[in-house]
Amino acid sequence: MSIIIDRRLNDRNKNAVNRQRFLRRYKEQIRKSVTDVVAERSITDMEQSGVVNIPIKDISEPSFHHGGSGGDREYVNAGNREFNSGDHIPRPTGGSGKGSGQGGEGGGDDNFAFALSREEFMKLFFDDLELPHLVRNTLGEARDFKWRRAGYTPTGVPANLSVVRSLRNAMARRIAIGAPLRRQLLVMEAAQVAADEIAAMRSRIERIPFIEEIDLRYRHRVRDPQPISRAVMFCLMDVSASMTEDKKDLAKRFFTLLYLFLTRKYEKVELVFIRHTDDAQEVDEDTFFHDTKSGGTVVLSALKLMEEVAVARYPTDSWNIYGAQVSDGDAFGADPEKSRACLVDHLLPLLRYFAYVEVPDQVDRPSPLAHAYQRIDSDCFAMKSVMARNEVYPVLRELFRREATA
Amino acid sequence: MSISKLGGSGLISSGAEWTFELIEDYDHAIHDIAANEFHLDTYPNQIEVIASEQMLDAYASAGLPIGYPHWSYGKEFIRNEQAYRTGARGLAYEIVINSDPCIAYLMEENTMAMQALVIAHACYGHNSFFKGNYLFRQWTSADAIIDYMVFARNYVMHCEETYGAERVEEVLDSCHALMSHGVDRYRHPTPLSVAEERDRQRDREEYAWRQYDEIWRTLPARAGAGAAQKSGAGRFPPEPQENLLYFVEKYAPKLEPWQRELVRIVRKTAQYFYPQSQTKVMNEGWATFWHYTLLQRMFDKSQVDAGFMLEALASHTNVTMQRGFDQRGYGGLNPYALGFAMMCDIRRICEAPTAEDREWFPEIAGGDWMKVLDFAMRNYKDESFIGQFLSPKLMREFHLFAVADHEGEDDLVVDAIHNEHGFRRLRRLLASQYNRDQLLPDIQVTQYERAGDRSLTLRHQRSRKRPLAEEANEVLRHLARLWGFTVRLETSDETGRLESVCEVRN
Repeated sequence: MSIIIDRRLNDRNKNAVNRQRFLRRYKEQIRKSVTDVVAERSITDMEQSGVVNIPIKDISEPSFHHGGSGGDREYVNAGNREFNSGDHIPRPTGGSGKGSGQGGEGGGDDNFAFALSREEFMKLFFDDLELPHLVRNTLGEARDFKWRRAGYTPTGVPANLSVVRSLRNAMARRIAIGAPLRRQLLVMEAAQVAADEIAAMRSRIERIPFIEEIDLRYRHRVRDPQPISRAVMFCLMDVSASMTEDKKDLAKRFFTLLYLFLTRKYEKVELVFIRHTDDAQEVDEDTFFHDTKSGGTVVLSALKLMEEVAVARYPTDSWNIYGAQVSDGDAFGADPEKSRACLVDHLLPLLRYFAYVEVPDQVDRPSPLAHAYQRIDSDCFAMKSVMARNEVYPVLRELFRREATA
Repeated sequence: MSISKLGGSGLISSGAEWTFELIEDYDHAIHDIAANEFHLDTYPNQIEVIASEQMLDAYASAGLPIGYPHWSYGKEFIRNEQAYRTGARGLAYEIVINSDPCIAYLMEENTMAMQALVIAHACYGHNSFFKGNYLFRQWTSADAIIDYMVFARNYVMHCEETYGAERVEEVLDSCHALMSHGVDRYRHPTPLSVAEERDRQRDREEYAWRQYDEIWRTLPARAGAGAAQKSGAGRFPPEPQENLLYFVEKYAPKLEPWQRELVRIVRKTAQYFYPQSQTKVMNEGWATFWHYTLLQRMFDKSQVDAGFMLEALASHTNVTMQRGFDQRGYGGLNPYALGFAMMCDIRRICEAPTAEDREWFPEIAGGDWMKVLDFAMRNYKDESFIGQFLSPKLMREFHLFAVADHEGEDDLVVDAIHNEHGFRRLRRLLASQYNRDQLLPDIQVTQYERAGDRSLTLRHQRSRKRPLAEEANEVLRHLARLWGFTVRLETSDETGRLESVCEVRN
């Protein structure tokens, strides 16, 4: 008779391996698609799973079969209403005739679209991006510690006693010590030695203690010093009238990407938003991006404020500090030079990294600020100019290119 | 569970919920009707209840429960999963595997009525087809397939460990490209044993000795005959070989043993699926006919109620719907619809033949429908089944018409329709549409320069001027990779005149 089996609890992910292989094989195409998606995406749902498209042509498996058109053929269809034999039907445009029942290419789209999980998406998104100076802060008094298991030890507090280990040791000891005695006992019994001697031997065997001090094992834990896993990211933006909504949008994208990137490297990332016109203010995110403020432009004010905040709230021995500045580069008089000096002399020593992204009106004219910044020669400073939305991501890639290639 | 309860005609259950006990009860009831009333011969069944994710898994490996790892299955899996998640496609209610015992997967989400329908369809319909049809009997060994796939999987994984996943993938990719041309359509004679060979050789010698006559030596040799013989003698293979994978497996000069074994695994898999591709209409038609008939019979015996039948029939009609060519979602002839209609039609011709039926089907009109259907199931494949049994009545019902697409014509021309003049031609055209030889281009190995540069020559004989799809070049590169030396593809027209040569050097 039929056998009925419940297989619902069996492994459900039989094809995980094959899926991974597919992703690996077409990594290039998928990565390209991810870049497109990132460029199009709004910031709020950046860190979600995503649907990627890769051209069907790239992943097709070839086989010998007849071409779509050419040659002579007949095919039978259903649902005739008005045709009679001999009728002419104009050839459908677009080349190939409809499937002749040989199994159409289901769907017939030019693209193969599928969803990547959030994990997979972010992995591809950040692929090849490496934090500059990943030597994290490892110094100092305010070091973090983490308890870590480190096997077993013969001494410890009762709370850490490992019963299984201890009893296993005890059993081994009892067997090891008792074996020669038991063998002796067998010999004695075979030789029919006096009963009291046998009894003495028995009691000797019984006297082997069940558990002894030497058997005890305790779970061992050690404290490992941890690299500082906290980072703070300063977002500096010029909000003077010359910064249009488009430019702010670019800035937002840049900040978001940098933030996402840092969150993958550090357990905790704090954000400080500093906006400036002719004077600087620390504001919350919403104000930062959406509030308008009128006034001139003094870049130095923002750098000064950043230094103040950093010194006051984020001591370098317990924080990794990152700075990101976006501006259209308009600065007047002595401001660019002073800013440069402030950055080099006061800020850069505190920072892990400082990135300056310029959103100019036109590319060919170097702005005063860029002109001044260009002369900064430091490993932890980088600057780039961005015009369009889809340039933001490549810039981030370039700024944080793998150390190896730098 | 009591036998008496089922022997009688009590309602088995009502309501949508299924339980394992109920599945067992239904299976017993269906088995009773199938075996005792309709005499269906089946393998024992193994019914497995699975969840939808597992069904997606089963899809990717073409229904086989085990497969070797390969990226193309991942692609298939992602494709199905995407279609399913976005609601573009539902999942099949069941998958059935041609094995002994016959394994059928039921989906957890199905209602009781659906489970019963699926049991009737897969475990008794498909199952008896697998056991009875000549193609399956000849080409698949149901009792060995699962074991073989386990072996294949382990072997591929072993190779990956030993030689690296990439090298294995290369070979498998190339084999997959040739899979459509990797099946035998005729049995090879079994090789002779040494003893038999010796006996035959002695017989031949003796015969030659008896026939020997000095007088033949005095005849002058005919000029040219010797030369022709000579050129033929150097040719290898002596006869063209259509199974490309087989030829590669046996003769590819550079393959290492493990690579040869991989070729063999792909070839065996292709061969296993060969009968299924040839009997799609019949197989589905047969299974659909039987779930319909079996459930109807259960209803007659009051084992199921009207609600049950309504649900089963709703699903049944969805499956057997045939859209017209100008309707949305038309994808050619629906094998379920055509197969089911033909099976029912054969029964009708037997039970209530009209004058037309008597003229078209004199041998079966008025016969015993069970015997006729059984005979048809056992001895036909789609092509011959349609060629033999498609009746004018069905052609009218389906409103079939044939469209000719000829290179020389500017327009498509309606070739034949469902009228008195068109029936025979229509039926022949439809039958040939299921003919594998028409679907696949005719490509064979004609020469292997064993003594020369070891190049391999294939010949594509065009049928009715139809060209090969462009990716043929890519397939050729795959073949060259397996072969290790130059591979060329000659294209000839129907008369055998050479038209073009395409070569891949290695």
